[in-house]
Amino acid sequence: MSPMARTAPVPAATDPAIIRNFCIIAHIDHGKSTLADRMLQLTGAVEQRDMKAQYLDRMDIERERGITIKSQAVRLPWEVDGTSYALNMIDTPGHVDFTYEVSRSLAACEGALLLVDAAQGIEAQTLANLYLAMENNLTIIPVLNKIDLPAAQPEKYAAELAGLIGGDPEDVLQVSGKTGVGVEALLDKIVQELPAPTGDPDAPARAMIFDSVYDTYRGVVTYVRVVDGNLRPRERIQMMSTRASHELLEIGVSSPEPKPSKGLGVGEVGYLITGVKDVRQSKVGDTVTTLVKPAAESLGGYEDPKPMVFSGLYPLDGTDYPVLRDALAKFTLNDAALVYEPETSAALGFGFRVGFLGLLHLEITRERLEREYNLDLISTAPNVEYQVTLEDRTVLLVTNPSEYPGGKIAEVREPMVSATILAPSEFVGAIMELCQQRRGVLGGMDYLSEDRVEIRYRLPLAEIVFDFFDLLKSKTRGYGSLDWKADGDQVSDLVKVDILLQGDQVDAFSAITHRDKAYAYGVMMTGKLRELIPRQQFEVPIQAAIGARIIARESIRAIRKDVLAKCYGGDITRKRKLLEKQKEGKKRMKMVGRVEVPQEAFIAALSSDESKDKARK
Amino acid sequence: MPSALPLGLPAPEDGTLPPAAVDGAAARDFGLYVHIPFCAVRCGYCDFNTYTATELGGGASQDAYADSVLGELALGARVLTSSGLPERALSTVFFGGGTPTLLPASDLGTILRTATSLWGLAPGAEVTTEANPDSVTPESLRTLREAGFTRVSFGMQSAVPHVLAVLDRTHAPSRVPQAVAWAREAGLAVSLDLIYGTPGESLEDWRTTLTTALSYGPDHISAYALIIEEGTRLAARIRRGQVAPIDDDDHADKYALAEQLLTAGGFTWYEVSNWARTPEDRCRHNLAYWRGDDWWGAGPGAHSHVGGTRWWNVKHPRAYAQALEAGRSPAAGREVLSDTDRSVEDVMLRARLRDGLGTDRLTPAGRTAVAGLIADGLIEPAAAFAGSVVLTFRGRLLADAVVRRLLPD
Repeated sequence: MSPMARTAPVPAATDPAIIRNFCIIAHIDHGKSTLADRMLQLTGAVEQRDMKAQYLDRMDIERERGITIKSQAVRLPWEVDGTSYALNMIDTPGHVDFTYEVSRSLAACEGALLLVDAAQGIEAQTLANLYLAMENNLTIIPVLNKIDLPAAQPEKYAAELAGLIGGDPEDVLQVSGKTGVGVEALLDKIVQELPAPTGDPDAPARAMIFDSVYDTYRGVVTYVRVVDGNLRPRERIQMMSTRASHELLEIGVSSPEPKPSKGLGVGEVGYLITGVKDVRQSKVGDTVTTLVKPAAESLGGYEDPKPMVFSGLYPLDGTDYPVLRDALAKFTLNDAALVYEPETSAALGFGFRVGFLGLLHLEITRERLEREYNLDLISTAPNVEYQVTLEDRTVLLVTNPSEYPGGKIAEVREPMVSATILAPSEFVGAIMELCQQRRGVLGGMDYLSEDRVEIRYRLPLAEIVFDFFDLLKSKTRGYGSLDWKADGDQVSDLVKVDILLQGDQVDAFSAITHRDKAYAYGVMMTGKLRELIPRQQFEVPIQAAIGARIIARESIRAIRKDVLAKCYGGDITRKRKLLEKQKEGKKRMKMVGRVEVPQEAFIAALSSDESKDKARK
Repeated sequence: MPSALPLGLPAPEDGTLPPAAVDGAAARDFGLYVHIPFCAVRCGYCDFNTYTATELGGGASQDAYADSVLGELALGARVLTSSGLPERALSTVFFGGGTPTLLPASDLGTILRTATSLWGLAPGAEVTTEANPDSVTPESLRTLREAGFTRVSFGMQSAVPHVLAVLDRTHAPSRVPQAVAWAREAGLAVSLDLIYGTPGESLEDWRTTLTTALSYGPDHISAYALIIEEGTRLAARIRRGQVAPIDDDDHADKYALAEQLLTAGGFTWYEVSNWARTPEDRCRHNLAYWRGDDWWGAGPGAHSHVGGTRWWNVKHPRAYAQALEAGRSPAAGREVLSDTDRSVEDVMLRARLRDGLGTDRLTPAGRTAVAGLIADGLIEPAAAFAGSVVLTFRGRLLADAVVRRLLPD
């Protein structure tokens, strides 16, 4: 057993040979944060008394949901055979919406722990990230976690892991983040198995940004991995994608609290503070160099984050609009993937069209807005971005169904994804049926083990953003898991379905669907609204239409009686209280033309409950 | 279990009213309501404050009840005088319940005599008692007339036996014409109370009830939609699925039928649930509630109103009797209405009357709703042009919605 390191290597003066950079690839609830906690304790990075569960998950929402949204790097000292090593643990997001951030974190490492719950086996997203790690030539250390659980099947899943990455099931480490069993051995193995970083200390500095976080007090904190050369305090640095330069006010390492250092050298991982206030000025994937001696070529691999899913966010109470506007402005300081612009809905009033990386990103953002700014929000049905070419060859990008042009359309292209689904093999039929219904094209199928199968489909993104994951879970009794990545676009026969209340189009309920599914959407939405909207003093027709053609129709009969017969033997007080209650109820109505629509009806009609389930999973 | 009392402020022990109650009192009519909290049988739909002999047990017997009421009347006269209210003769007296005619007619007469001696009866005062058709005799009705009663209101409810059975009404339908005839002979004006929308009642059943009621030749008819009150036996039976829930559309159809048949039978509506043969036949006591007049409500659970102060008595007859014995006001709580509350109530109550609600009683915002209500056919255009909100037939069925629109702030 290795002891805690007696003397930790000093940043900026650390031989790359004693540095080990690694990340942990794991599914959401497979215990990554708990294992990280144990590592912090065992290496003495965090004093026992300061320890709190899931130390690295900074936001409450991360702790509550048990998921990590933003990654962070921690420098851990560890001694093996009398040599003190510097271990940099880069904590990666575990969710499919954040694939790009994961890929940048991986690029900062030489190795990865493949952490799998010994009671559940590997999941699709983990598998996807594992492929990314292998593409980056990372050395993989397979680890089964939660071996203390009664339901753990270490032999079975060790065999599965060995089958996936090659090697012997005996080499799969078995640990428990909860009890600490096997964690010291794991730290030793990281030192022994993972290659040390290499780079040219004399070359112009090049460091890759793998995370960028806004801090109220310090401005943007940028996390980097130095590849060549070195960075020093007070130097002027340059962002290679934008050529913007900033002064390095502070440079240091997280252990895990920030500790300023004299710089960072080859292979080191740490943070930079330049005083910029917006993460867009310090973008994940960008290369940092120095202004005095700039590198000729960037490290490559940089991509602008691309929002995939769009939704309108509206405050329930219109007077909260300025609060929402300020909140979104603050959020974008810390979330380069979040894009938004003001939008007006006839039904919902003033709000914003917001672009997200995926549904979880949407859900988390919305939940944080509601919680941190005490807002009640309506989010419209999520949409993808359509490329609409008109007959005059004008091309429009449509992220909101109400902007969909009427007539004169030559062609519509919709974004596609390649999806990987892992599930027990007994569910193959059900999964294929689901994917077929969702206009999917089968790409291939492989057996991971005797009873676990990987199925690959190419699907329209629009088909998986609404309730796909929910259905997948229910059709596989909770065992199915999904990973997807963008995969170009294709021409599709799409139409816009409008919903009309008493002849007035309700923009919030419009949807762009495949022509074959327009009728089903119309029937579903008109039926839903008939149940959700209370009877009015007049009959309210609800129609679904493609252009001028009505495809579905329901109607809410007029209310005929709304009067209390008697006065309760002179108890006028009771009658007045009843009136006050009724008036209170009316305040929570939104007017659509002359129709009073309860806010609950908007929420229920537009809610994507499955996205919540997905996030909870 | 009778319905709950409102939450309010505690009422002062001596019953004294705030000074504001005196303002404008001389211009308001003054009435008396006497609650008789006894029934032979409790009906499954009823949430009024009433008790059967077995429910009551000792200490609050029907025999001693009249004495308690006399005690409250004396207290009432003292309180009104000491609070500075002007002397006003009673314009209306109404005995309700429960089943007032479960008390001997002589007891009812004694209570009325005492009230008359305390306040006096205004010329042409209306004095009504509710009555169960099977708790009256020719003699008891004569006694009432001699004691000064002018009017009797029979709880007929329905002419159809299976409907009466769901309501737990025990009288034989044939008792009603007899009771009406006896009341006529005794020289009393007659009103019939009807209930529609009982689970299991067909539109034809209701038609039968209306035509039967008309055939008895009353002066006044009240037709109330059945309200399922929390805590009643009927509510429990509906919850358990033993009887069908009520249906607002069915109620609307039946209200329309009532309007049609009663109008054809020579009656005219004057309040959402009330029809009279002539304006003189309207129940003035009932109108006083909707007009915000003053009345003293005597008896357990009774509600009173004097110049913007509303109060209500303790509900149980025993607690009621004990308070009076100890010389305390039996009031359980009260509320002193703000000016805003009073104008809200004004709109809420007067809008139900055929005589209408003066548009001058509306706030500026409320007045802007009038045009829309005309457009929607909910109020009479000619009356509105003349400065009064009067509900159309459709408006009566949607009266609560009309009131909400007239009170937008």
